[in-house]
Amino acid sequence: MKPVYILTDNLITSLGFTTSEHTFALERGVIGVKSTNDPELYPTPVQLSKVNTEQLELKFAEVLQQVKNRAPAASFTRLEKMFIVSVHEALKGSNVAPSNPRTLLVISTTKGNINLLEDRNKALFSHKRLYLWELGKVIRNFFEFENQPVIISNACISGIVALMTASRLVQSGAYDHAVVTGGDIATEFVISGFQSFQALSPNPCKPFDLNRTGLSLGEGCGTIVISKYPDPAATSQVIIAGASTSNDANHISGPSRTGEELSGAIQDALKQGGLNAGDISYISAHGTATSFNDEMESKAFELSGLAHVPVNSFKGYWGHTLGAAGIVESVAAISSLRNNILYYSAGFETLGVTAPLNVISENRPANLSACIKTASGFGGCNAAILYQKQ
Amino acid sequence: MAGAMPPSFIRNNKMERSITSYSLLHDNKVIVNGRIIFYQENIIKFADFLKTVFKQEQLAYPKFYKMDTLSKLGFLAAELVLKEKSIEGYRPEAVGVVLSNSSSSLDTDVAHNETIRDRASYFPSPSVFVYTLPNIVIGEVCIKNKIKGENAFLISETFNGRLLCEYVNELFNNERVEACLCGWVEVMGNSCQAMVALVEKLAPGPDGINGSFKPLLFNEQNLNLLMKHN
Repeated sequence: MKPVYILTDNLITSLGFTTSEHTFALERGVIGVKSTNDPELYPTPVQLSKVNTEQLELKFAEVLQQVKNRAPAASFTRLEKMFIVSVHEALKGSNVAPSNPRTLLVISTTKGNINLLEDRNKALFSHKRLYLWELGKVIRNFFEFENQPVIISNACISGIVALMTASRLVQSGAYDHAVVTGGDIATEFVISGFQSFQALSPNPCKPFDLNRTGLSLGEGCGTIVISKYPDPAATSQVIIAGASTSNDANHISGPSRTGEELSGAIQDALKQGGLNAGDISYISAHGTATSFNDEMESKAFELSGLAHVPVNSFKGYWGHTLGAAGIVESVAAISSLRNNILYYSAGFETLGVTAPLNVISENRPANLSACIKTASGFGGCNAAILYQKQ
Repeated sequence: MAGAMPPSFIRNNKMERSITSYSLLHDNKVIVNGRIIFYQENIIKFADFLKTVFKQEQLAYPKFYKMDTLSKLGFLAAELVLKEKSIEGYRPEAVGVVLSNSSSSLDTDVAHNETIRDRASYFPSPSVFVYTLPNIVIGEVCIKNKIKGENAFLISETFNGRLLCEYVNELFNNERVEACLCGWVEVMGNSCQAMVALVEKLAPGPDGINGSFKPLLFNEQNLNLLMKHN
């Protein structure tokens, strides 16, 4: 299979606005999930990882200054600002041009501008902005992408599906480059929904831990620029070597009991990359810290022969970023690969799943060559993507 | 109006990927493999129309009644396709589902939003919230038919036959699937449209399946024609 090269990336969460700001925060163990008392967002305090609004406005104003003939900042939604800052930052370091007809834009999100359904926001933006294709148009028009964007909305695996779709379309020769971006914001819509499932943890989430009590939500945006051509300036290349999705065919809101289906996706991704379980040096898990997800994932890793491989979940740092998670967490995992460092799985103390797992208990250097990143979501969907360093 | 297929459809004569069965549901009419199987002059409520078709087709599946409208629509469209052409011979992992629409799950999003508009009567419900994702319909189709392969939900303003075709062809090219359900399932307000097609590698016989419906070549042009054929 032809390799697809990762050129540049960007990451926006409560921990910062660039990938290197995240590396800096991860090295220091900064936790972005905090008890948040915002009556506009939810009637009672909730654990949340929020992108800093003042900084976002500043960053967005900086971007506006660098481009010409743009609409005023107030004509963009919070999510659109996150997307635009992230795509702008990721494009800066690459020589990929949006205007190139060989460049594709792929966007992943679960809920887009869903906060525009709220009565107080209705007057601010047109109803059309609720449609994900309209969100796509705003991003496309801002950067003057030649091609119509591909938009993926596939629950919590959206980000990996977006990366997989982009890499396949580059592999097939349909495009030379792709800008893959995923984002979701914290809204009352989503918080109230997860709360109704009693899925939210009263404390910052603790993936794979014995005392985990549910997930923490977060907002974030990640962008990865991929290409059929390697980065000539880089000393080592990270490639997408395989990716796959599967469905549990079991339940729309509960994961598989066996983990066989996620394991199937992992094994397919390995096969595409021509690798064995023994070649994997690190797993970036979905690790939502719900009882059922983490249990299922541990079984899937064991079935895939990966029980011994160091594993972490980034959700303990910046929560579950939903449709962005696959991209956001991939940026962090790729950073681990490039820098040869394994990050502590925040919130983890004592193993609390039945299958054996090698959860990373402290930051440490390690020789990393290949990484599996997984995700699972409502609708019974699973996804796995394989990153390899060359 | 005749239920026969327009002559412009491109027939499949080679060992290509074929659309071996399809269904079209549009507001008040249901077409399966070129035949009108249901037509109702006046539609009062779209959800009632779906229930009527469900009963007529004798699809015993109690979970149907718990689904939101988008899932009911997609589920029904898929069942009608698979009733004509079974996928039972395939491994569960070798069958994919790729669907698309314009409004995502906005119809149910509005319903969930209604439950949280008033802090004095706050009643968000998991049974509504779970359907505020467009890919739940894929989950419902997979559960009913034990499908465990690739799945994706794509959003575009209007039907994008080129992208859907490209996506599904890549699944076949990379040997990710041996059969794939694909199409468009759109619900917003009181209007809906579904087009679901089964794509297989099978070479069609000279008389087609059951001597009636002849598989169509799987390409962008035929997908676009199916979308217009209402």
